[in-house]
Amino acid sequence: MPLDRRMLDELGIGDVEELFSDIPGEVRIEGIPLLKGKGEMDVVRQVKRMLSDNLTAEDAPCFLGGGYYHHFIPAAVNTIISRSELLTSYTPYQAEISQGMLQSLFEYQSYIAELTAMDAVNSSNYDWSTALGEAATMCHRILPKKTFLVPEAMSWDKGSVLRNYVSGAEMNVVEYSYDPFTGELDLDSIREKMNDEVCGIYAEVPNLFGIIDSQAPQLKQEFPNVPLVIGVNPLSLSLVKPPGEYGADIVIGEGQPLGLPMNVGGPSLGIFACRMEHVRKMPGRLIGMTRDQDGRRAFCMTLQTREQHIRRSKATSNICTNEALLAVAVSAYLGMTGSQGLRSIARINMKRTAELMERVDALEGFDAPLFSGVHFNEFVVKTPIRPEKLNKLLLRHGIIGGLPLQRHVPRLTEHMLLTATEMTSDEDMDRLVNALREVAQ
Amino acid sequence: MSYRQARYDEPLIFELKGENDFCLVSADEVKIPEGMERQGLCLPDIPEMDVVRHYVNLSQMNFGVDNGMYPLGSCTMKYNPKYADLLASLPTVASVHPCQDEDSLQGALRLMRELEKALCAISYMDAVTLQPAAGAQGEFTGMLIAKAYHLDKEVPRTEVIVPDSAHGTNPASAAMAGFTVIEIPSGPDGCVDLEALSAALSERTAAVMVTNPNTLGLFEKDITRLAEMVHAAGALLYYDGANLNAIMGMTAPGLMDFDIVHFNLHKTFATPHGGGGPGAGPVGVKEFLEPYLPVPRIVSEEGKYRLDYERTDSIGKIRSMFGNFAVLVRAYAYIVAQGSDGLKEVSQKAVLNSNYLKSKVVPAYEMPFAQLRKHEFVVSAKKLAKEKGIHATDVAKALLDRGFMSPTIYFPSLVEEALMIEPTESESKETLDRYAQALLDIANGDPAEVKASPKSTSISRVDEVYAAKELILSWRIYQRKAGLK
Repeated sequence: MPLDRRMLDELGIGDVEELFSDIPGEVRIEGIPLLKGKGEMDVVRQVKRMLSDNLTAEDAPCFLGGGYYHHFIPAAVNTIISRSELLTSYTPYQAEISQGMLQSLFEYQSYIAELTAMDAVNSSNYDWSTALGEAATMCHRILPKKTFLVPEAMSWDKGSVLRNYVSGAEMNVVEYSYDPFTGELDLDSIREKMNDEVCGIYAEVPNLFGIIDSQAPQLKQEFPNVPLVIGVNPLSLSLVKPPGEYGADIVIGEGQPLGLPMNVGGPSLGIFACRMEHVRKMPGRLIGMTRDQDGRRAFCMTLQTREQHIRRSKATSNICTNEALLAVAVSAYLGMTGSQGLRSIARINMKRTAELMERVDALEGFDAPLFSGVHFNEFVVKTPIRPEKLNKLLLRHGIIGGLPLQRHVPRLTEHMLLTATEMTSDEDMDRLVNALREVAQ
Repeated sequence: MSYRQARYDEPLIFELKGENDFCLVSADEVKIPEGMERQGLCLPDIPEMDVVRHYVNLSQMNFGVDNGMYPLGSCTMKYNPKYADLLASLPTVASVHPCQDEDSLQGALRLMRELEKALCAISYMDAVTLQPAAGAQGEFTGMLIAKAYHLDKEVPRTEVIVPDSAHGTNPASAAMAGFTVIEIPSGPDGCVDLEALSAALSERTAAVMVTNPNTLGLFEKDITRLAEMVHAAGALLYYDGANLNAIMGMTAPGLMDFDIVHFNLHKTFATPHGGGGPGAGPVGVKEFLEPYLPVPRIVSEEGKYRLDYERTDSIGKIRSMFGNFAVLVRAYAYIVAQGSDGLKEVSQKAVLNSNYLKSKVVPAYEMPFAQLRKHEFVVSAKKLAKEKGIHATDVAKALLDRGFMSPTIYFPSLVEEALMIEPTESESKETLDRYAQALLDIANGDPAEVKASPKSTSISRVDEVYAAKELILSWRIYQRKAGLK
């Protein structure tokens, strides 16, 4: 891409260097210590080859979950989000020329509102963990106290991100425990930790152990004045009671199970919904329905006075770039599944998981599930050898094993989380069971 | 060029009717805990083809870089090469779980390590984390690192200084990290006022956040002196990388003595912005801050890559897993394609385009501060507003009618009726000439006609007040308000 001489001439400039004469000599560099550029053909070949060292869930049965799942994605989802007009647009600051993206995001907000039974949904946070961080500080804005209660059984990543997000407000994160028999939240433990300093309670349905926590609806009944945050796998909400129906003030979650690729962890989609009474305390971008000068239905960004570009240091959050395109992908996916398809997928997930649980439990040395609660699409299994080692052995059999739990719940040293989805075939299960039998001996 | 955007009365997807033809069907009984069963789910059940048509129609009522020039200031809306999209959608990216054993993730770990090194080379920084999901999250990460650094020195510092021309995310990120934000006014030349900076610096200052070139497109010529002052006060100097596209291969934040830098991969490194995201906001630091970077760090041992979580001084995690990996893949491919020569040319061309376009629109639009600009420039519609009643927002809407995206308007706020224009290196002289002509036509046009625009877009001017008053944020609320439910 050589410089256009005509422009230099019109500016009366001999050398483009003159346009950089304002950069002081002492900070000038000669160039960048990198290789010279390459053509598209070579770039594609080189990067493809580098990535080919990744094992994919298409080539090996994958039993990993813990927030990211190997689900079926209809091809049309990618067709839709590959539309240049959507893919290559910026944040829809100019509403009149951006109605396509604005309506798509309004529909995303509407889909999540239906699934969660909440009124206000923002048009995305980065991921589940950052949505949790923002939810905690929002609780602090609703109720200006400093303690945020979270489950002991929560992914380590989420806990670490959360602690960073609440550090600015000098909040404390306090863990409550789970019932060692059911795997559900332990209400007694929450009662014990509850005091005047608590500004919010967080619980997950399904929780880290894959259990549809039947105790969650007790929380608002027992602590009506404390903001309640519920974290969800949105796929489960096609069968499970939505948090809006048991008093949640904020609902968060990971949108990846709804038609997004695993992408080695990102981009994914942070779901963030709240009750209407809290909407002005909410982080992130909101799209509202309105009308144009001629009275036609239209959409635009609204309540921008909460946001950083207007409110600067007093904003509800610093978020600007979000995951808008993934929100469109989620809407397109839900458009195709509809209610019937989404319920079908959830049922298949539960059924496959129950089958896997039974087959693994039948193996000598393995104990599954560890907890008696009702599982959605993953469960905890106690393994006869350390899970990290087990995974390495499974890898030799061409199998991507489960999620070792020790990093997340330190006392679960010999436990892993195994996941099944609609993508888990009978043959995949046969291969896992045979391999487990072999490596455990 | 005349422009006409599609204008469909495309219903909401919730208003469509049809037959569900999704390929997975199951009526199996499953056990849900008592009291936890869902009663009713009202998502529309329609055939796939109708969904595709719905979104294709919607997309035709949207405008991206692939439609036309998109000179939003500070957003660097350059052309997004398609090979990068292709690579990011390979199964070796899309179908890989982040928690797989390291042995099965070698390609991803290597790519990330190589990207870290490339970003170090471009910025003259010593170490990079790729974890932050966006520029603002990079800023937040940088602020947490600054906080951890000062805590270790046992001199708690509570303030962060930002110039009034800074992006809104700067003060918001510093505040989120718990700092008190001190905004200082720009000097008469549009640059950081060193006297104001000197007065604001104290033993309480943790960091100073600077964008260079700044949001006016001006290079902070006193950057060396500025850095000395900040460091003499014991504070850290933070570089907002939103405008990195202006200086690649010409100077580098590391050489300007910045301690912490964030990059916007969705700006400088050409990854598409997707109507708001995803992006990625890696953070680079000097060696003395490396221990504070988020975990895991990617280390290589005997040609094999592994993840290191055992880092006691680390601030922990800022986003789950490794960040927005598919965005990292695109940026890496772009950097390999451009190489050292191409990246330098990118900045040269971006700056040439900006100065050329500026020369065409001044003096029809007033130009505050000095003339030489980097990759973007800010003009004012103040005179137009006073003489003809044409405001910056009217100019913006009239540009839409001519098939162009508007500049960023009313920012930075130190310029009245600001139009912040960043053409990027992607645009040709021919396109720049057409854009300039459009701006001149608007300035010379009939004010009534300009104020009646846009007419060629899918809707006319939107009623923002109504949106804020009614707060119809979802189909649920709409149905309630319309008495449908």
